[in-house]
Amino acid sequence: MMMILGIPAPLLFGQLLLGVVNGAFYALMSLGLAIIFGMLNIVNFAHGALFMLGAFTAWGLLNYAGIGYWWALLLAPLIVGAFGVLLERLFISKLYKLDHLYGLLLTFGLALILEGLVRNYYGSSGLPYRIPSQLQGAQNLGFMIMPNYRGWVVIAALVMCVITWLVIEKTSIGAKLRAATENAPLVQSFGINVPLMITLTYGAGVALAAFAGVLAAPIYSVNPNMGANFIIVVFAVVVIGGMGSILGSIVTGFGLGIVEGLTRVFYPEGSATVIFVVMVIVLLARPAGLFGRAH
Amino acid sequence: MSLSRRALLGTAAAVPAAATFRSARAQRPVVKIGVLTDLSGVYQDIVGPLAVESTRLAVADFGDRGFDVEVLIGDHQNKPDIGSNLVRQWYDRDGVDIVVEGGSSAVALAVSGVARDKNKAYINSGGATSDLTGTQCNANTLHWTYDTYMLAKSTGAAMVKAGGNSWFFITADYAFGHALTRDVGNFVTQAGGRVLGGVRTPFPGTTDFSSYLLQAQASGAKVIGLANAGADTTNCIKQAKEFGITTPLAGLLMFISDVHSLGLDTCQGLVLTESFYWNLNDRTRAFSDRLWKRMPNRRAGMANAGPYSSTLHFLKAVQAMGPAEAKKSGAALIAQMKKMPTDDDVHGQGIIREDGRKIHPAYLFQVKKPSESKGPWDYYNLLGTTPADEAFRPMKDGNCPLVKA
Repeated sequence: MMMILGIPAPLLFGQLLLGVVNGAFYALMSLGLAIIFGMLNIVNFAHGALFMLGAFTAWGLLNYAGIGYWWALLLAPLIVGAFGVLLERLFISKLYKLDHLYGLLLTFGLALILEGLVRNYYGSSGLPYRIPSQLQGAQNLGFMIMPNYRGWVVIAALVMCVITWLVIEKTSIGAKLRAATENAPLVQSFGINVPLMITLTYGAGVALAAFAGVLAAPIYSVNPNMGANFIIVVFAVVVIGGMGSILGSIVTGFGLGIVEGLTRVFYPEGSATVIFVVMVIVLLARPAGLFGRAH
Repeated sequence: MSLSRRALLGTAAAVPAAATFRSARAQRPVVKIGVLTDLSGVYQDIVGPLAVESTRLAVADFGDRGFDVEVLIGDHQNKPDIGSNLVRQWYDRDGVDIVVEGGSSAVALAVSGVARDKNKAYINSGGATSDLTGTQCNANTLHWTYDTYMLAKSTGAAMVKAGGNSWFFITADYAFGHALTRDVGNFVTQAGGRVLGGVRTPFPGTTDFSSYLLQAQASGAKVIGLANAGADTTNCIKQAKEFGITTPLAGLLMFISDVHSLGLDTCQGLVLTESFYWNLNDRTRAFSDRLWKRMPNRRAGMANAGPYSSTLHFLKAVQAMGPAEAKKSGAALIAQMKKMPTDDDVHGQGIIREDGRKIHPAYLFQVKKPSESKGPWDYYNLLGTTPADEAFRPMKDGNCPLVKA
């Protein structure tokens, strides 16, 4: 058997591929965070809880209304996104004039409340959610068995990332949005409803988290802590990529997924820490992050 | 927070009022039980609210025998420092006489030390590490429901007997995972098998186990031992199925709540060990029906039910000694409990050994196929029973300082 760095080659390729799969989740989550931070200047700590709500909404649609995975993939982001709009209007919009710290504290509190409520009603051990029948089964790639569903996750995440990037960089809505983050009063003076745009942006960021939640539901157990486990890593991804950088969060998301996957082979105990080690190194060398602009 | 003079005066007035109220009630002796458990984390369903309710049920079943029983509840958040600080407050400030349930292994080892230092009593139910009655044992602590040795002997030995003679472990990287891996590894090698390797996964915070499962498969081992619990175990089982891993999995610590969460479709055929199953016999069914009335929709696993058994025995010991005597010394109270045989609906008859180990039979179960199950919570077929005197580590092998050679 071919060996690379003392590891059998098939195992190593397998781990790289798994890294890409996990990276897809990091990219999708950090993308939403980056949009919200870039446009609203809010460090959205509730992102993990909203990801979890996405998964629970998919579960609820199936168990209470008989609505399956594919419709949930569309409906859950809309429902949770609408909930996000509500949160923004009721709470977050009151804080734009204050320091970042207040937004962070508020969203952190919201996350604890949401997770606590779900835990209270559904317990902590998680609920089952089946892989849709079209995506069951696996492909034998020679060096590993690749479940069809994991392949789908990578494709869906990539497509969503590209769409989001195109909307923000190449459309007139995106241009207005970017202009509004630079100088809101000026854009408003052209007759564009900036507060509405900001509200919808938050809703869209939240919808991305919920979309990732639905994707995650069949893989991880649908439980109240599923977002809390992710959110810290995803924050590290955003910081490494550069706060508010769309491209940065996508590239870093996939990249760190791979770094983490490799650590799991060479030093499993360190796999939860390696991302933060990278973060420290990047912050020392480039405080604005890999793709960020220094202000 | 700003404190006004008026608020301070108000508090000062309220304190003596509360004191008089208390002294008016204090004609009857009161014993206090602290239920220390996981109310917000990954082990919430394994212990948590249902363990609290089973403690309360024990108090209700015991009835009024001339003293009052007060139950306090606390969340250790799976952090040893938080758990031991809370217990220190309970013992020092709130007059708690005994702590039951008492959390996962790391919390258990910390709390056991506090109980010894304060000369109070502590009965662990949810923790697994066999060190509690081994090198870390003390005169103030009992270990009630199960331990890593019991699981290793029952599940581990059964898997080796069925031909699984080479193992790879996926271990949760803390006290419990290490102890379980060690104990199972011993059984495997004693039975002539081999341990080919293992990975230690960060706890808590690992959700994706597919990398580790692929490593386990690549090792060529005949059995993948899951030395973890709760959501970690369910994620491993789910992802092994997803990645088409055909190597048999040994869920070394699984509870009925895990099976419920995964569904029979995913879990069918898995072998696991518990010291209690709600549908085991008439007594367990009677107990479970009483508990169901208090908390419907969930059936207790062994760690949920253990605090019922331990609390009932504690109350019997208090009655035997008299409440005043029982409150004086935790070590004397524990000694009294060791003297008395145990008997309750959860574990039937049993005894407590000198090293603090409560002993009772261990049951090896196989998870039913969906077609065999008659409905929710009808999950287990009984495969075998390890008798009480063989289910736990022989006292001489534990190196517990309390046991005189």
